[in-house]
Amino acid sequence: MATVLRVVRRAPLNLFLLVVAAMWLVPTFGLFLTSLIPKGEIAREGWWNVVAKPSSMTFDNYRALFDNNDLTKALVTTAEIAVGNTLLLVFIAALAGYAFAWLEFPGRDGLFVVVIGLLVVPLQVALIPIFSLYNSTSLFDTVLGLILFHVAFGLPFGIFLLRNFFIGIPKDIMESARIDGASELTIFFKLILPLGLPAIASLAIFQFLWTWNDLIVALTYGRDTQPITVAIFSQLRQFGSNIELIAPASFVSLAIPLAVFLAFQRYFVQGLLAGSVK
Amino acid sequence: MAQVAFEEISKVYPDGTSAVRSLSFEVDDGEFMVLVGPSGCGKTTALRMVAGLEEISSGTLRIGERVINDTPSRDRDIAMVFQSYALYPHLSVYENIAFGLRLKKVPKDEIHRRVQEAARVLDLEAFLRRKPRALSGGQRQRVAMGRAIVRQPQAFLMDEPLSNLDAKLRVQMRAEIARLQQDLGVTTIYVTHDQIEAMTMGDRVAVMRKGELQQVASPQELYDHPVNLFVGGFIGSPAMNMLEGTLERSNGSVAARLGSQSISLDSGLLDARPDLAAFEGRPIVIGIRPEDLEDAAIVGEVPAGRLLQGTVELREALGSEIMVHLGVDAPVASTVEVAELAEDAGVPTPAGGTPDRATRIVGRFSPRSRVKPGDETQVAVDTQALHFFDPETGLGIYS
Repeated sequence: MATVLRVVRRAPLNLFLLVVAAMWLVPTFGLFLTSLIPKGEIAREGWWNVVAKPSSMTFDNYRALFDNNDLTKALVTTAEIAVGNTLLLVFIAALAGYAFAWLEFPGRDGLFVVVIGLLVVPLQVALIPIFSLYNSTSLFDTVLGLILFHVAFGLPFGIFLLRNFFIGIPKDIMESARIDGASELTIFFKLILPLGLPAIASLAIFQFLWTWNDLIVALTYGRDTQPITVAIFSQLRQFGSNIELIAPASFVSLAIPLAVFLAFQRYFVQGLLAGSVK
Repeated sequence: MAQVAFEEISKVYPDGTSAVRSLSFEVDDGEFMVLVGPSGCGKTTALRMVAGLEEISSGTLRIGERVINDTPSRDRDIAMVFQSYALYPHLSVYENIAFGLRLKKVPKDEIHRRVQEAARVLDLEAFLRRKPRALSGGQRQRVAMGRAIVRQPQAFLMDEPLSNLDAKLRVQMRAEIARLQQDLGVTTIYVTHDQIEAMTMGDRVAVMRKGELQQVASPQELYDHPVNLFVGGFIGSPAMNMLEGTLERSNGSVAARLGSQSISLDSGLLDARPDLAAFEGRPIVIGIRPEDLEDAAIVGEVPAGRLLQGTVELREALGSEIMVHLGVDAPVASTVEVAELAEDAGVPTPAGGTPDRATRIVGRFSPRSRVKPGDETQVAVDTQALHFFDPETGLGIYS
């Protein structure tokens, strides 16, 4: 009886969640089905028709995608940028977060306020100045240039997140390690990194997702250095003729961060809770 | 192992708060020294200065022959047990204990031997592979001890290591730590606010108050000859009863007048403590330990001059003894020390500071006593064991 009541009481909420989920899932599902429609039929058929005749589905489009050098190269470039900038960001933000949380140096709190202030600076304001900087150095149109830009704009949030997590690590633990003979670097690598793992994993996932899906930065600073978002974008024609490439490419581009998220979601949830609730 | 010497050590925080003021004493090689005092007395700050976790504002701190004022913690060769234990939560018990040795690059088989030995001594062998969160409070405490002893340091520093344990375990670990320290013979500085821990564990006890050292002495010496009102009131449980009275001389004998009552003192007292003569006719604080009070009904013959009249307010039977709370018509000593001690014990100080005429005193009676709440009773006072303090300076009068 109680269960029935609970189901009834929760019905409106569940219904609402179902609608929201459907709104997000239907296009994704449609994209997937579209990517399975044979090349010649895409223009004629809506993806909902394919459901009716599953026999017409084919993975030919995916085969074509992986044979297309431009797009596979773009996927590799995306991976280089996303993985590279995530690793670099996490490392720098963790070092800075530790310093802001636990080292005493003059001007520490003032500097931290400045870092927090940088959180509100939208990256668009920097596009032009950085462009001229990159233009005068050799960073324009390089993977390194894109990585550095992403790291720079990820740092305020990264430092903020990690510093606030690290400051929740009991001070006694670090003092104990200091007495045990540990240097600051030892404390950082042997205590802070493993204990900060939930927050570090969250930051890494955030940053990976953002930069994997980035279009504007890559569009601005890359010409031949094209991540998958730019590559897909460049396949768009006025008359939408390249759907058979765009659909599978978009789906692959979407599936990889999804897989990363699912693989690390345990840490992700932990990281969101950690620090707020002990 | 080494001597630890405090020479005029002071700690002033940047905001001007002075936590420790010109602290001077020595902890001998192998000695178990307890720093005790109410919260905020500077004992933990003093310990943290030895650990190198707190900068020393002025003075000289030596371990052995070395001045270590500016030596970083990791080079001081000391081990510390924290109140929170500060175990590394992501490491197993084994790795927690081995942590310091690994950093010192001790050979692997030596680490293994020492960790096993520590685990054996501390009864932790079955838990070496567990993480700290899977241990009970007592086991965590042992791991913290293990981490300290494997290091074989010059000195152990312990910051209220038992305060997170329940009462029974605390008593057990108290004995265990004292035994371990005796076996190892490592110089130890132990901080606590619990005077029972201080008394039972320390070779010597240093009592601190508001950043200043009051007295360093063996537990018995502290108990028998507290240097001032504060030490007298702080050491001992239940606390010493502090009453305000005046000394009066009538036909050759001396009596202490306490409110409407009077107890006569031994004739030899003034000879033994000539300084008391100066207090004739002047207020003086008289301290009476609870065990120096007894139900007159079971003592037998008591001279009239050694009796106090009181009303029983509460009777706490402990089996081997009875704590009897009595209201007596005598003013309580109203010095700052007494107020401070009462506050530390959680008793609010009476508003306005007017001496309360019906003072509550505590007597430790024999279980044969039949007094019950509401009784008017006579209490025998052991006048040999009275303590006298100067109300102006708070100092004990012994000469």
